[in-house]
Amino acid sequence: MPMHAPRENASWIRDLRACGPVQAEAITDLRGLLLRGLAKSFQARGDTDQAFVEDVVQQALVHILDHLDQFQGRSRFTTWAMAIAVRLAMSALRRKRWQDVSLEKMTAPSEGAPAWDTDDTTSPAQHAEQHAIVETLSRLIHETLTEKQWMALTAELSGMPLEEIAHRMGSNVNAVYKLLHDARQRLKHGLATAGYTAEDIRSAFP
Amino acid sequence: MALRPEQVKALIAKVMDTRDQEMTCDACMADLAAFVEVQLTGKPLSAALQAVHEHLERCHDCADEYHVLRQALAALAEDEGR
Repeated sequence: MPMHAPRENASWIRDLRACGPVQAEAITDLRGLLLRGLAKSFQARGDTDQAFVEDVVQQALVHILDHLDQFQGRSRFTTWAMAIAVRLAMSALRRKRWQDVSLEKMTAPSEGAPAWDTDDTTSPAQHAEQHAIVETLSRLIHETLTEKQWMALTAELSGMPLEEIAHRMGSNVNAVYKLLHDARQRLKHGLATAGYTAEDIRSAFP
Repeated sequence: MALRPEQVKALIAKVMDTRDQEMTCDACMADLAAFVEVQLTGKPLSAALQAVHEHLERCHDCADEYHVLRQALAALAEDEGR
């Protein structure tokens, strides 16, 4: 490993934009740093191997070099670069894990849902209140949400990552987040209009 | 497939936790590196980074990335300290 002082942000940018041996050395240093960080953080997960980490780091280096102008200096350059590598790694892992799962399989028909069963820990009065709230929620889902919103909401509640929901809907993560945010706002507003305060709901579902 | 009781509870919790203005995933990612650095130093969060914190409480995908990034940086810091 070269024995020199750690680069400051400006030096990273300058060296990575340079040509020849200066750039090559900066790339080698950044590659080593990303490999060490990712390898350690994924070590405990058990769902990746060294080849996966090396592949992700290679992709990350290409992305970083192409997007140096997007680094705004709000963190250390190496933290920003690591965040990009982590995003690429997590994205690849999600895709691999969910590749055989269809959106339809993860979603519930809006007419019949949600269902609510009794819970042994609740009192009869609390149970009645829970039922009333869930019935109102069911009506609101049916009356105020679009099919697309309900599909995304149930897929999210089933654990499907937003990125995978977006991929299957031909959309992007931001758009799906906004779709879900709008759905949650409609339901929250509907519950308030139906007379439920936040306190009513918190005490029914502690 | 109807929602299971734990999903109904999760839905209600998500609905009640909804804010009028919420940070999107892309905005969260733009500030995630700065957020992790502040978290690792234990300094107080600025208002902008508080929004990242709130987003991470709502978004499982971004929270996952935060935890992996934090682990990676902690591992590098440990290496540097040796």
